[in-house]
Amino acid sequence: MSALENLTAEGKELLRRDQVWPFLMPKQQAVDVSHQVILYVEGLNLSFDGFKALNDLNLYINDGELRCLIGANGAGKTTLMDVITGKTQCDSGTVYFGQNHNLLERSEPEIAELGIGRKFQKPTVFEAHTVFDNLELSLKTNKGVMPTLLARLTPTQLDRIDQVLEIIGLKEQRFMLAGALSHGQKQWLEIGMLLVSEPRLLLIDEPVAGMTAQETERTAELLTSLAGEHTVIVVEHDMEFVRSIARTVTVLHQGSVLAEGTMDQVQNNKDVIEVYLGEEA
Amino acid sequence: MSQSLSSIARFSASDLFKGKGQPGGRVAPFVAILLAVTVLASAANLLLPESSPFYVSTYTITLLGKYLSYAMLALAVDVIWGYCGILSLGHGAFFALGGYAMGMYLMRQIGDRGVYGHPELPDFMVFLDWSELPWYWLGMDQFWFAMLMVLAVPGLLAYIFGWLAFRSRVTGVYLSIMTQALTYALLLAFFRNEMGFGGNNGLTDFKDILGFDLQSDTTRVALFAITALMLALTFITSHWIMQSRLGKVVVAIRDGEARARFLGYRTDNFKVWLFVYSAMIAAIAGALYVPQVGIINPGEFSPINSIEIVIWVAVGGRGTLIGAIVGALLVNYAKTRFTAIMPDGWLFALGALFVLVTLFLPKGLVGVYDQLKAHFAQPQSKSDESSTPHQESAKEASV
Ligand SMILES: Nc1ncnc2c1ncn2[C@@H]1O[C@H](COP(=O)(O)OP(=O)(O)O)[C@@H](O)[C@H]1O
Ligand SMILES: [Mg+2]
Repeated sequence: MSALENLTAEGKELLRRDQVWPFLMPKQQAVDVSHQVILYVEGLNLSFDGFKALNDLNLYINDGELRCLIGANGAGKTTLMDVITGKTQCDSGTVYFGQNHNLLERSEPEIAELGIGRKFQKPTVFEAHTVFDNLELSLKTNKGVMPTLLARLTPTQLDRIDQVLEIIGLKEQRFMLAGALSHGQKQWLEIGMLLVSEPRLLLIDEPVAGMTAQETERTAELLTSLAGEHTVIVVEHDMEFVRSIARTVTVLHQGSVLAEGTMDQVQNNKDVIEVYLGEEA
Repeated sequence: MSQSLSSIARFSASDLFKGKGQPGGRVAPFVAILLAVTVLASAANLLLPESSPFYVSTYTITLLGKYLSYAMLALAVDVIWGYCGILSLGHGAFFALGGYAMGMYLMRQIGDRGVYGHPELPDFMVFLDWSELPWYWLGMDQFWFAMLMVLAVPGLLAYIFGWLAFRSRVTGVYLSIMTQALTYALLLAFFRNEMGFGGNNGLTDFKDILGFDLQSDTTRVALFAITALMLALTFITSHWIMQSRLGKVVVAIRDGEARARFLGYRTDNFKVWLFVYSAMIAAIAGALYVPQVGIINPGEFSPINSIEIVIWVAVGGRGTLIGAIVGALLVNYAKTRFTAIMPDGWLFALGALFVLVTLFLPKGLVGVYDQLKAHFAQPQSKSDESSTPHQESAKEASV
């Protein structure tokens, strides 16, 4: 019965003359960053069977900044990214992309469409596809079923893919299956997939795990060069790496922010020394 | 700029001349062989005298037509299972629904030539003391309308089923079980006389199609040839779809659905539409099958039928399209031979075949063919190595 009521209510909604039908609304509204903040995370709570993975977490990321998230294993870094990208529902709190996009009411593809790209902790590329195809699939294009069926690569898109292949150093491997790449190369390919999608905000989870020192250095260079035009949030355990790229570091501990500041400030923070760096020393 | 132009050239060239190991690299040769065999067999039936050693009997023609509609059904399952990793164990249902829609048209073609001689009602309805046609039989005397229903009913069912299942992110074994339940539920429903589809006996005793006598050699040959053409057409279309970016997305969904979502693809929509496409191919196959075998009954909905289709695809090699076709043809030929010798042993033989293929030929006959070819082409080549990840991801997808 209530289903029927819902239906009539929806029907009435459709007949309203003072507003445009939802499917005719312009979908892509520009992200409003007039306050220089691109990501607002406020009062985020999430518990798994009573275990508080996120505990009243507050985080603000400025537009164009490169932010490092550090914290012990299980601090909630990956879970935070899951919530931001729509993979996991939180219990309470708000997440806004710019001032106008409430991310909590959007699905993963919608969030991706808004311009939030993600690199997973475990490299996830499409192994049965070539390097080139992996990049093609990641292009910023209309991702509907019909447009995808009829899609043809434009010269601009080809140039973009070539450019990214150059950046990630996989030019030689462009027609190789992604599954045949080394671990480090897969990490790079996944970063490349992020780059071709031209996101506003990149969430990068442990990018240098399994990379050689040299590869790590190149990753650091790449991420630093991305900041400015893009906003980058990097989760990393490798303190050497964090020191080499970070301007602002946020320390997570048991699902909430413990400290925030430059690397030096954070390292000299009493709480941090106690719970995190203290353990290492 | 010149660089990008050269990559365009390279890209489209690689599109046309897919080498070995590239699924679907055999479209043109296969279609050529299929059409040549069709023309030769048809000519041998119609033009040669029965005494000629090259004469092809009408029985054989009908048998070939039946095999080809099975091949189309296997193609439908490969599209959804081989490429998208959705193991449907209920595709027999779409095949049967297409068959029933065609059967209804053929029943209405009988007119007053039935046993009871009723001008409008099929015999089984007269037998049930029904006085008028149920509403869902209306319009089925029009060929175009019946053909529309062949596509619309299974397509709609697939859409609703897919929408419900894929929206709620049902995957893997649960989805397979749901598809089995779907075909089983339809089996039970179609067994009931009150459903108005002839109950247990189904629809049979067809007389003619579009005015052509179903028993005549020419009609039989025409049906066989149309089946071959439709198989070629659906094969080419499916190949085209799988080569398009949509095909790449579909494979991406198979190997990493979450990843595809984070790239911005609404994966449930892709799955629903692919499922609908696949169901429609199965339905066309069913509609071509029925006039050739002359009957459609609820047995076509039985869950075991749907499982058999999956085995055909596995034997031929999934995710290759051609493998599904070859697998369906070979296994059904073997079935015809085998059941002639040992009617009760077939299910065991089929089970054993499935186990053997799963264990020793994970890429099916096509995989074996490719390996042999690679082996003879360049004895010490490294193509084996480069194909391993392919194999691995295919294995993962099967789990
Ligand atoms: N789906 C889940 N179910 C139960 N517990 C989870 C789940 N995801 C994460 N957790 C727990 O939440 C905590 C935070 O995990 P995570 O965000 O992965 O930490 P990290 O900071 O190392 O990335 C961990 O203790 C983990 O065990
Ligand atoms: Mg983590």
